[in-house]
Amino acid sequence: MQDQTDKILTDVTQNEYKYGFVTNVDTDTIPKGLTEETIRIISAKKKEPDFMLEFRLKAFRHWQTMEEPDWAHLNYPLIDYQDIIYYAAPKKKKQFESLDEVDPELLETFEKLGIPLDEQKMLTGVAVDAVMDSVSVATTFKSTLAEKGIIFCSFSEAVKEYPDLIKKHLGTVVPYTDNYFAALNAAVFSDGSFCYIPKGVKCPIELSTYFRINAANTGQFERTLIVAEEGSYVSYMEGCTAPQRDENQLHAAVVEIIAHDNAEVKYSTVQNWYPGGKDGKGGIYNFVTKRGLCKGFRSKISWTQVETGSAITWKYPSCVLIGEESIGEFYSVAVTNNHQQADTGSKMIHIGKKTKSTIISKGISAGKSQNSYRGLVKMTKRALDARNFTQCDSLLLGDKCGAHTFPYIDVHNKSSVVEHEATTSKISEDQLFYCNQRGIDTEKAIALIVNGYAKEVLNKLPMEFAVEAQKLLSISLENSVG
Amino acid sequence: MLKKNIYDIYRAHQNQLLDGFPEHVKQLKKTAFDAFQKNGFPHNRLEKWRHTDLSKVLDHDFECYFEPEKKHIDIEKIFQCELPEMDTYTVIQYNGWFLSRYSDLSKLDNGVIIGSLNQAFKDYPDIVQAHFGKYTDINSSAMQALNTAFAQDGIFIYVPDNVVVEKPIQIINILDAPHNAFVQPRNLFVVGDNSALTLVHCDHSLEHKLSLINSLSEIYIGENSFVDHYKMQNKDADSTLLTTINAHVEAASTIAANALILNGGIIRNNINVKLNGPQAKADLKGLYLVDKHQHVDNQIFIHHAVPQCLSNQLYKGIIDDQAGAVFNGRILVDKDAQQTNAFQTNKNILLTDEANAYSQPQLEIYADDVKCSHGSTVGQLDPDAMFYLRSRGICEHSARMLLMYAFASEVVQTIAIDALKERLDNMVTKRLKGELSICDQCMLHCSEKAPDFLRMDIKPLV
Repeated sequence: MQDQTDKILTDVTQNEYKYGFVTNVDTDTIPKGLTEETIRIISAKKKEPDFMLEFRLKAFRHWQTMEEPDWAHLNYPLIDYQDIIYYAAPKKKKQFESLDEVDPELLETFEKLGIPLDEQKMLTGVAVDAVMDSVSVATTFKSTLAEKGIIFCSFSEAVKEYPDLIKKHLGTVVPYTDNYFAALNAAVFSDGSFCYIPKGVKCPIELSTYFRINAANTGQFERTLIVAEEGSYVSYMEGCTAPQRDENQLHAAVVEIIAHDNAEVKYSTVQNWYPGGKDGKGGIYNFVTKRGLCKGFRSKISWTQVETGSAITWKYPSCVLIGEESIGEFYSVAVTNNHQQADTGSKMIHIGKKTKSTIISKGISAGKSQNSYRGLVKMTKRALDARNFTQCDSLLLGDKCGAHTFPYIDVHNKSSVVEHEATTSKISEDQLFYCNQRGIDTEKAIALIVNGYAKEVLNKLPMEFAVEAQKLLSISLENSVG
Repeated sequence: MLKKNIYDIYRAHQNQLLDGFPEHVKQLKKTAFDAFQKNGFPHNRLEKWRHTDLSKVLDHDFECYFEPEKKHIDIEKIFQCELPEMDTYTVIQYNGWFLSRYSDLSKLDNGVIIGSLNQAFKDYPDIVQAHFGKYTDINSSAMQALNTAFAQDGIFIYVPDNVVVEKPIQIINILDAPHNAFVQPRNLFVVGDNSALTLVHCDHSLEHKLSLINSLSEIYIGENSFVDHYKMQNKDADSTLLTTINAHVEAASTIAANALILNGGIIRNNINVKLNGPQAKADLKGLYLVDKHQHVDNQIFIHHAVPQCLSNQLYKGIIDDQAGAVFNGRILVDKDAQQTNAFQTNKNILLTDEANAYSQPQLEIYADDVKCSHGSTVGQLDPDAMFYLRSRGICEHSARMLLMYAFASEVVQTIAIDALKERLDNMVTKRLKGELSICDQCMLHCSEKAPDFLRMDIKPLV
């Protein structure tokens, strides 16, 4: 039994990354290195207005004064920021009206990823703003959205077409001074998505972006900005896969969400970037700053994430609850395997009265991986009658991995209630025995138990995503039965 | 300013500080000071000190005591302390130095040795050197390094194999200084196999001057033994109390450490336990009732180094006025420490909007066959329970008292010494009513006349 379990675990570790292929699209890159000049080139190439260049330069100057944080429970070699190409765009930069115009090779890539754009467009009703490296190449359902007054476009497009909106909101949730990686992103961000939901509009479809890091040696610096006006609703999905490479690739994204009175934003992520080989070689470094601002009365921001990829994950989607009775939610499943390291969790900053937040985090670690939950719940003096519930569970598969929990609870008033609970355990022999006894083999039993364990979070995902997420979970745990 | 003076003080008294210690201890003390010098006093920018600010305290001047008081001290005249119902051996520490009318080190009939650590270095070098400094990592904590560099004396207790010390040993740390005092006692408790020891530790100051106490106790527990440690903290608002307990627990032994914090200025308790043999057990409990501008910080670190150990933490606190409470409990389970059970609970009640609570229960686990959990809550008295009591005609004030008392008694009721439990129970009740004054120091009534059988020195074991 033990041997079998070991075998399964070894097999899991040996699962090859299924999405490891490189698309041969000519990319337009600039030389390695990061200087003010680099930033000017990026800005010029993207034909940005002056205020953007200003913003980037300010961020860059600030970044130079900062030090890379080392408090996370992560262990990786120093990153040489001068050894990275900061801009890569597919050469065909033409805007496409329909899918036919898109480079067939690109489409094929998406096909391999299981995201057939056309099929999705027709069957699932999902508008996909596909980001290939850094520039958007295809946008669907734009017209449908336009009718409702919803703006959903690439960031660079938004900078040109809606400079006022960008100027008003850019950096208000995650200022460039926020942290090292946010500053880096603000200086060099290449592209991303911009989403604006006008007052009272409920977005009829799930908005979705697929990111891919394509050109070797290119850092991907995405920036997403979502603004939900009064009474609006949007569900936004982000999913990622990256081709297999041996150099570590750096990804430092920033996501900003602003929710006004009674607005609701649901942000879902399935992250499946290349986690590195089984010997710990390669893989994506993922340093992401995600923050939502519940600005208005009864606004709501909900983060759902399924994290199975990346060699290093440093990610703390957070909510700043300013509006009275606003709600922040965080649901997460993080799976680490082989030599993956994840330090992820959530921050809930309660400022307004009667604000509520929920954090449900499920960590699963296997192989030689390290999986940490790090979270902050802060009740400020003004956050009267605020409420938080946090639950973080860790499941250990194999005796060489680690699971850690580092919650921070700061309470500054007498009427708030904060509850935190965490457990760490392995799948119990009893549970496995029960399944075996009923003729379910151990592999299926583990899959069953893990799926059940993660169900609470998976249920929060939009339908399309839930299917993919479940697939991902089973791929991660494939052959792990003994 | 102590912050700046400390280096001069050290240099001026270096010879005194090293005098009489064996060569390798001298070396250790020098290394410790170098380690301290590297980072200086802890400050708010350090992760472990984020919520506890010593800077204001360190801005003052303090006096250190490099020699035991020469003049005759009639301790019974200046200080009356005894728990009448509780029969204990009493050991006095005076400005950090072991104080005795008879001898510096006594060996009792059953082989138990109690006395001055300084003297023990001379009389029992084998025992002391086998343990002194072995359980302290001077590089991990500036205050522990500073204590190692400065420590000259403290209490030494040795319990040989197969001895159960029946009466609790009560250690009373008295500060009696005309100036602001900075003392750094260093204690060493060594308990052999199949033995048991109960320690009751309290601090007391006679002059109401600023005081800074940085104490460090190392506890070694052999196999199949039991150590029950109680720390009573009921000090004045001008005191800063930094205490560290480093315990090393061998197979099938248990350490029970209880911290009962009722009053104080700034209190920070570090408890580091290493469970080093199978079936070793750590049972840590804490109760803190703080108000006004008091600040209490509990830093717990439990290291499960081997399989099949058990640890349990229960810390509860009621925080009133502008007081602050910090709880940082960390459980580390090593890679091969399978079949570990580790549990941790921290519960806080905030009574005002100015009070602050910071809780960081942490789990760091590298083994898979474990059961670990932690829970932390910050909240108020249960409104349903309040309503229940009110609806039965109990006034709001009494209802609150009842509920707070019930909250606190979960910790108090687990105290194994009956007399102590009763006394503490009483103190908690008084404390909740706001009637507990500093005069009630260390479980004693200053106002009451000390009983005749009061003995400040060790009574021989029967």
